[in-house]
Amino acid sequence: MPSPGYWRGIPSRLRLEAVRCSSCENVVYPSRRICPHCHGTKWEPAELSRTGEVVTSTVVHVAPDDFAMEAPYVLALIETPEGARLMLQVTDCELNEIGPGTAVNLEFRRIRAEGNSGILCYGFKAVPAG
Amino acid sequence: MREVAIVGVGMTHFGELWNDSLRGMFAEAASGAMADAGVDHLDGLYVGNMAAGQFVGQEHLGPLMASQIGMAGIPATRVESACASGGAALRAAYIEVASGMSDLVMAAGVEKMNDGADVTQVLATAADQELEAYHGATFPALYALIARAHMATYGTTEEDLAWVSVKNHHHGAMNPKAQFRREVTVEQVLGSSKVAEPLRLLHCSPVSDGAAAVLLCPLDQAARYTKRPVKILGTGLATASLSLADRKSPAILDAVKDSAVHAYKMAGVGPGDIQVAEVHDCFAIAEICCIEALGLVEQGKGGAAARDGLTALGGKIPVNTSGGLKSKGHPVGATGIAQAIEIVEQLRGLSGDRQVQGAEIGLAQNMGGSGASSVVHIFGRV
Ligand SMILES: [Zn+2]
Repeated sequence: MPSPGYWRGIPSRLRLEAVRCSSCENVVYPSRRICPHCHGTKWEPAELSRTGEVVTSTVVHVAPDDFAMEAPYVLALIETPEGARLMLQVTDCELNEIGPGTAVNLEFRRIRAEGNSGILCYGFKAVPAG
Repeated sequence: MREVAIVGVGMTHFGELWNDSLRGMFAEAASGAMADAGVDHLDGLYVGNMAAGQFVGQEHLGPLMASQIGMAGIPATRVESACASGGAALRAAYIEVASGMSDLVMAAGVEKMNDGADVTQVLATAADQELEAYHGATFPALYALIARAHMATYGTTEEDLAWVSVKNHHHGAMNPKAQFRREVTVEQVLGSSKVAEPLRLLHCSPVSDGAAAVLLCPLDQAARYTKRPVKILGTGLATASLSLADRKSPAILDAVKDSAVHAYKMAGVGPGDIQVAEVHDCFAIAEICCIEALGLVEQGKGGAAARDGLTALGGKIPVNTSGGLKSKGHPVGATGIAQAIEIVEQLRGLSGDRQVQGAEIGLAQNMGGSGASSVVHIFGRV
């Protein structure tokens, strides 16, 4: 599925930019117009820490075509210290050493080469800390 | 609002139907439902379909399908809510009849998944493209994340997951319309290939082709069409955020719970009144989470239900007597309608070897995405 240009280049993906709701203080990632917690519309920028903890994870064996070369790979739901959650691959690790509570660092990586044209897509991946 | 009944049902076999087209399958199911009720006209048509545009390049299914059954001209619309498209089509038809807008309305569902596009990729379009699919998430992966969270929170085991498949294949072996009419063992499930850990191939519903259709009319007109109408007692549809990251707990399907609360309230019944249920077991973990969210078992006790025989035929609350999505097959847009048909047949007493004796109230729950859409209907014998 070819991704549109705005989507390959969105700042939240490339710089982990999140926002803090001015009324309820919740950190929301990625930014959006209306706060899912209180319906507020005033935001302050909030960059996420480059660290987090695994909430839940899996090892993907049957992958979409664009990721076939990488399978098997770990996919995890990660929570940052600010309370934002994001789904990322966990890389540079043993497949079965990742589970709830695993501490990770978030690093800027190549995510995939997309489709036949091979457009390079970037973003963050998690790597076990320490 | 008027009271509404289902007065006719029809469906194709589910399976790899290499020789059948999208329109051909629809026409077979729709004609079956019209013949069942003895009708030659419709006042409206809703076609549940997830992704014919991607699977076979065909959009605009409302008029296409109406014309396939000689009904060109009637109001006809396609309804899309990913794998809950069928349930959503049924709800739209229900609302149209209940409101008094139309008298005889068909709710159908159809999907042609084999012999077309890359299925994993098409299904993944029902996940959040920017936050999930971009990073390599597939549907099995999303449900695997849910499964791991459920296991960590409630102690659910891989064997518990396997028992859901074993039970549903046991039921499906008795269903002449099912894709896989055969039993599987716990050992076979646990020995099948890994898809997304802890989910293995035999924890996953198959890729299927098929169509299903039901006819709705006001209850006070039902006697014109059938001796055995089944009343729709309640309907509920609820949504949750598309992405797992935006939910409070990945182990809990809030949309399922919310859709059930609406349907129970409207029907004036509770989970304890349900005697037979079809729930959305696209993956074994989904059945476990859904029976908890529907209140059929206590939160966290879903893992033991299939293993202990609670949800098998002859158990306290038989779940997925059709074989479920796992064994009957899961042509995504048709599933919600096929679930309703199983419950209608149960309440009509026509389920043969799979009959739940004396069933008077049944429930069907149809889900889209990783639980972002859920539709619940509750049915009663008249
Ligand atoms: Zn807020």
